[in-house]
Amino acid sequence: MSPDERERLHAVWADRPGLLGFLGTVDHKRIAARYIVTVVGLLFLSGMLAIDMRLQLSQPDMRRMGPQQYNEAFALHGSTMLFLISVPVMEAMALWLVPLMLGARNMAFPRLAAFSYWLYLGGVLMLWLPHALGITPDLGWFEYPPLSGPAYSPGHRADIWAQMITFTEVAALAASVNVVATILKMRPPGMTLARMPFFLWAMLVASLMTIFALPAIMLATSMLIADRLVSTQFFAPAAGGDVLLFQHMFWFFGHPEVYIIFVPAVGFVSSIVETFSRRTLFGHVPMVLSILAIGVLAFGLWVHHMFAVGLPRLGNDFYTAASMAIALPAGLQMFCWIATMWSGRPRFATPLLWVIGFIATFVIGGLSGVMTASAPLDLQLTDTYFVVAHLHYVLIGGALFPLFGAFCYWYPKATGRMMSERWGVVAFILIVGGFNLGFFPMHVLGLEGMPRRIYTYGPDMGWGTLNLVATIGSAIAMLGGIVLTGNALISLWRGKPAGADPWGAPTLEWAARSPPPQHNFEEVPVVTSIAPLWRHGDLPVMTGLATDRREVLVTSVIDAVPQYRHHSVGPSLWPFVAALATSGMFVASIFTPWAVVWGAIPIGVALVLWFWPRRPRSATGPLARR
Amino acid sequence: MAGAAAVNGGRSPVPLVALLLTGCSGIQSSLDPAGMQAGATFRLFELMIVMCGVMYGAVLLFLGASVWRVRRQLAAAPAIEPADPGLGKGLWAWGGVIVAGLVVLATGSFFVERALAAARAREALQVRVTGHQWWWRIQYRTPDGRWIETANELHLPAGRTARIELGAADVIHSFWVPNVAGKMDVIPGHTNVIDVSPHRLGWFRGQCAEFCGAQHAHMAFDVKVDSPAAFDAWLAQQGRPAAAPADAIAARGMAIVTGGACGLCHVVRGSAATGRAGPDLTHVGGRRSIGAGTLPMSRGALQGWIAQPQALKPGTMMPAVPLDGADADAVAHYLETLR
Repeated sequence: MSPDERERLHAVWADRPGLLGFLGTVDHKRIAARYIVTVVGLLFLSGMLAIDMRLQLSQPDMRRMGPQQYNEAFALHGSTMLFLISVPVMEAMALWLVPLMLGARNMAFPRLAAFSYWLYLGGVLMLWLPHALGITPDLGWFEYPPLSGPAYSPGHRADIWAQMITFTEVAALAASVNVVATILKMRPPGMTLARMPFFLWAMLVASLMTIFALPAIMLATSMLIADRLVSTQFFAPAAGGDVLLFQHMFWFFGHPEVYIIFVPAVGFVSSIVETFSRRTLFGHVPMVLSILAIGVLAFGLWVHHMFAVGLPRLGNDFYTAASMAIALPAGLQMFCWIATMWSGRPRFATPLLWVIGFIATFVIGGLSGVMTASAPLDLQLTDTYFVVAHLHYVLIGGALFPLFGAFCYWYPKATGRMMSERWGVVAFILIVGGFNLGFFPMHVLGLEGMPRRIYTYGPDMGWGTLNLVATIGSAIAMLGGIVLTGNALISLWRGKPAGADPWGAPTLEWAARSPPPQHNFEEVPVVTSIAPLWRHGDLPVMTGLATDRREVLVTSVIDAVPQYRHHSVGPSLWPFVAALATSGMFVASIFTPWAVVWGAIPIGVALVLWFWPRRPRSATGPLARR
Repeated sequence: MAGAAAVNGGRSPVPLVALLLTGCSGIQSSLDPAGMQAGATFRLFELMIVMCGVMYGAVLLFLGASVWRVRRQLAAAPAIEPADPGLGKGLWAWGGVIVAGLVVLATGSFFVERALAAARAREALQVRVTGHQWWWRIQYRTPDGRWIETANELHLPAGRTARIELGAADVIHSFWVPNVAGKMDVIPGHTNVIDVSPHRLGWFRGQCAEFCGAQHAHMAFDVKVDSPAAFDAWLAQQGRPAAAPADAIAARGMAIVTGGACGLCHVVRGSAATGRAGPDLTHVGGRRSIGAGTLPMSRGALQGWIAQPQALKPGTMMPAVPLDGADADAVAHYLETLR
């Protein structure tokens, strides 16, 4: 590519400067970075809530929080962690990495990606602005009716929670559709499904699961809002409604949600293990089959969250077997990762340390999951601190540890600088050690009879010592989080320059400059192996994409044969405006059902202008200008 | 067979686990079973701990070995899809071990589930427990078909099975006495049933396990497992109306309870207090605690509870009753004598 063309390409993909450029950008890297900055801020807030609760529980009969404050704290902590952090951060990683790993210039639907973020931000503000004003949802992250129904929760706390769900789920659906389309239709020539890196499989499965699981929760919360706003009786037992219907729909989403969070983490771990073991992943095919199995099985075991509601025992046995069955694919994955290290030549940089911390911690969560999968045993364990321990081992050990590893791994690519290894190890030790010190005792507390979601307990229960240990451990882990964040911030200007491929990694994102330019790659790479950067010689490329307008290559789904050059849309303010209009409708519909009618008009206008065709009409064919 | 051993209620088959968990006994602990159901579940738990412990050990061993092994060779070119014949067999073997372990655990779980269901066939004492925000209404059916009501204190005969019907007056709660049995949710619009067969005498404690609003933390109840004879005597005594006041102060207390605000929500059988919204007070003085496990029973605690319920249990449905010191003392004294 001549310097002239290079300059033109750069100009075509550049954002406008200033506020309009900021609001209108469709660069997947900028959008993903916004997601990640938002998530890091929320992680800090959510961690502070956790520390607040741990201080309250550190001793019996503490009076630093009343029941209302405590109930608000755990509701806000759970809702933020599950809906505003765990799922969105995985989408953010997909938005950032998928086009780079595909050698592509942008996502399939660039403006939809922008819309996802703005709507997600709307959901964040929906929960946290009212909190700043003292109107905080106080019924947990699950808000079971009838407690959340009109009779027991007057006011707007429950509506705020339910509508926050709508925001984040619409945003997540938009992001997932985008990821699926990008992975299936924008792979570089030669990257057949058989040569697709495992990370992309993981993101594909997680996005498909999102698309199938999220409608259930949106339906459940919409029915709840309808019960509260227009007096439907879906969940009112006195009028023939059924409160268990909500639980079924909630967990039909809620259980796959756990895997929607975990499957991308499986992708991070696989990428890291592969790079640092200096060999391709052992058992690529079993690994792919196992996440496909997880993706299917995850939809068939939601009832294990409801063993205590009094469903027929034979049904409970079925869900016990189904829930235990998921240990097989998860266990095979463990074997494949360790076998990759076993037969490779591992280099123990921080990302790989996080993987080791992940395996040692997550397996405990998996095994306590096998225990809770047993219906009779679960009757003792559910809704106790045993489950609090289990879910944190699975979500923090199983998803956040790999995420931290991924953060350290791709940080040089995103910023062009290396993070400090020394402080990376310090953060690793503090977080993994503090976490295990903080959460392991909770298993015992649960077995000793401590229920979840209690704001205090008496001194005669004998739970004081272990709770104090748990509080100390959590505080240590929180300190580690601050070290990790500090390391990332300081490395932004103190870190050593990274170069394009500091780790010697096999996948395409490492062929781009660090940080990647707005168009990611100058030419479309051609892939001949599952580890394109590890084969000898230069990376072959395909030329021919336009340099004077935004163009991406569309290929076939299975064999990635080039099909056509696709015009990729440029920056636009309309996704932002459409998200504003949608937010307006969601917020107003808390107060009046008519908002759904009147609010649809601005949304319609924004969408029409968003999709207004701007290309010149063809000179030939049936739509030709005559 | 796991199930059979579970039902027989024998000693722990895994002394090591029992040793590790010593000191974890308590009046609200699933580790110290005092009933058939909790015992069966506890043995399943021991089986789980042993098998999961072995699996975890195997993973750590493999992980540790793979970390240890690598130090020798460094800095060669990365390998693309190397042949791994040995590891391929290992993957199959590992999968086989997982499947075998899961089959054992699922089978054990299935037998314990059967054991829990088997109690239903037996002759049973019929008890009705209703969850309220934030206390428990408890009713016993006598052999002659009457219902005897009490609150926040469940008495059970040892060696017999009690069938507890669970109903909710408002939102979802969960009935849980870990020493005796696992939990069962209390759901409006549904009637759930849980069978409990305690076999060890003593005091235990139960607590609501499903978040039910502001005072979920203070929705507990005491559980007393009695010999059958003592239980029958207790039940007969609970069936009687309230004792007449024995002294002048108690008589003054009774006048306030029946004539003032208390009687609008509480019933004292044999008096003019006939409210149904709150706990039955007919024999409240004989109970171990007040406010659904919030305070131990005493005259002082009763006084404090009547004067300042919102300070002791913020959000409770019990309103503060403005009484002067002498009246409050008289009411507390009267309630304390209702044994």
